[in-house]
Amino acid sequence: MTTLPQSTKTKLGLVIDLDTCVGCHACVISCKGWNTENYGAPLSDLDAYGANPEGTFLNRVHSFEVTRDTAPPMVVHFPKSCLHCDNAPCVTVCPTGASYKRVEDGIVLVNEDACIGCGLCAWACPYGAREMDGVEKVMKKCTLCVDRIYNENLPEEDREPACVRTCPAGARHFGDLADPNSPVSQLVAERGGMDLMPEQGTAPVNKYLPPRPRDTLATPDLASLCDPAPKAATGFLGWLDRALERL
Amino acid sequence: MHPAPSLILFTVLSGAGFGLLIWLGIGLRAPTGLAAFLLFGMGYALAGAGLLASAFHLGHPERALLAFTQWRSSWLSREAVLATATLATMAPHAASSVFAAVPMPVFGWLGAALALATVFATAMIYTQIRAVPRWHHWSTPPVFVFASLAAGALLVGRTGLAFGLLLALAIAMIAHWVAGDRQFARAGSTMGSATGLGALGQVRLLEPPHSGQNYLLREMVHVIGRKHVYKLRLIALGLGALLPALLLLLPASYVGFGLALLSHLTGLLAQRWLFFAEAEHVVGLYYGKR
Repeated sequence: MTTLPQSTKTKLGLVIDLDTCVGCHACVISCKGWNTENYGAPLSDLDAYGANPEGTFLNRVHSFEVTRDTAPPMVVHFPKSCLHCDNAPCVTVCPTGASYKRVEDGIVLVNEDACIGCGLCAWACPYGAREMDGVEKVMKKCTLCVDRIYNENLPEEDREPACVRTCPAGARHFGDLADPNSPVSQLVAERGGMDLMPEQGTAPVNKYLPPRPRDTLATPDLASLCDPAPKAATGFLGWLDRALERL
Repeated sequence: MHPAPSLILFTVLSGAGFGLLIWLGIGLRAPTGLAAFLLFGMGYALAGAGLLASAFHLGHPERALLAFTQWRSSWLSREAVLATATLATMAPHAASSVFAAVPMPVFGWLGAALALATVFATAMIYTQIRAVPRWHHWSTPPVFVFASLAAGALLVGRTGLAFGLLLALAIAMIAHWVAGDRQFARAGSTMGSATGLGALGQVRLLEPPHSGQNYLLREMVHVIGRKHVYKLRLIALGLGALLPALLLLLPASYVGFGLALLSHLTGLLAQRWLFFAEAEHVVGLYYGKR
């Protein structure tokens, strides 16, 4: 049924550290790899070796530049995937019941066998977290690697989403955001974790940690260091300069 | 949003078909025999063609029956249920009018109510989407409802009613554009709120996540269509509502009615194209475009 659960006891999700992310796209690739070989229809590529290659991805890294008034501009790498919202608009619009939010852990999933590929859930998501597969014509989205996190055939350290497992910078964290004592919840509390587009009323579970304040120089007069010569010399050199000018 | 031809045809054709069935259902015109066959036939054909066109929009039309199951939460499912219920409920009234020359008002009125609800449900599919601020406004359903009622009134040939409804449609279109132009700003979503970095300063896209196209950009970041917005609005308003209303003021003739109907449907196609092409999805903010 595509009504949302009243509440979920556990809220599994990601905490993404925008201060630490180096924009290497390793999470994008590991996500594509795991989710092509495992749960559901593979993530297809179209025209992979042609002039206009494109593909289905569940996680993508944007890079933004923030221009600040009192400090140098800042580059922020920004990984984006499904936020597993508490008030997920993509779930309630589904006409077939293919989209659902799990009561036990809050993961938003698509039952691909029931998906008619109408695309309405992708329209309803403000974050662009859902993509229709170009070959299979069913809706694909982040599963929070539901086939890894409970998988007892994997070594324990691998029982987390592929993107988290692979991140070389340690910018991605996975855990229960309903438990205030979990490491991810404490990280959110400590670093001021934020929601994306809170005005859309989606109540996302995933949180983003803002960049930490940078060190600033006491008197950053960099411009004077770049100046090739003093504008007007004074004293003896000034007199010489003016005298030579007059000759 | 991408203006998919299947969706434009579906909303225009089925809207006209259900509008016709509404007026036939309440007996505004009570044809019998061949006339009933033609009019009810046209209503069923238009509504049916629209539904068929919408099925072409699906990735997996073979599973379409599942779309009847989630009417408790989904407007798209409600639309499917209501459309089917309309066609089924109206059938005794239509068959009895055609073959026995005896209308069955109970089925007619019930069918008309269901047809009106179907058109409203179609509009709500778009209106409910908060991520498309232009659609997420009370002014969206009146455009769909008045367009459907006006086309129906033209098809049953009621001059006065059609005239009034065309003017109502004109006002509804203008209201939808005027309100819609302010909706994105009112929704309050910016690149700052989308990235959460707005408090730090001015945010701009430095590098997109991919150099090529993708589903999101194709489906939701359709920028091309907005170049001729004002010309298209004039075409939609002129051909869709004002010109057919003027044609109705001329002495009644089949040619006049035919031209009014043709003009109305052409204008509505332009209006529906704009309805999609003009609508900006907030996901565009992640790509630095709208």
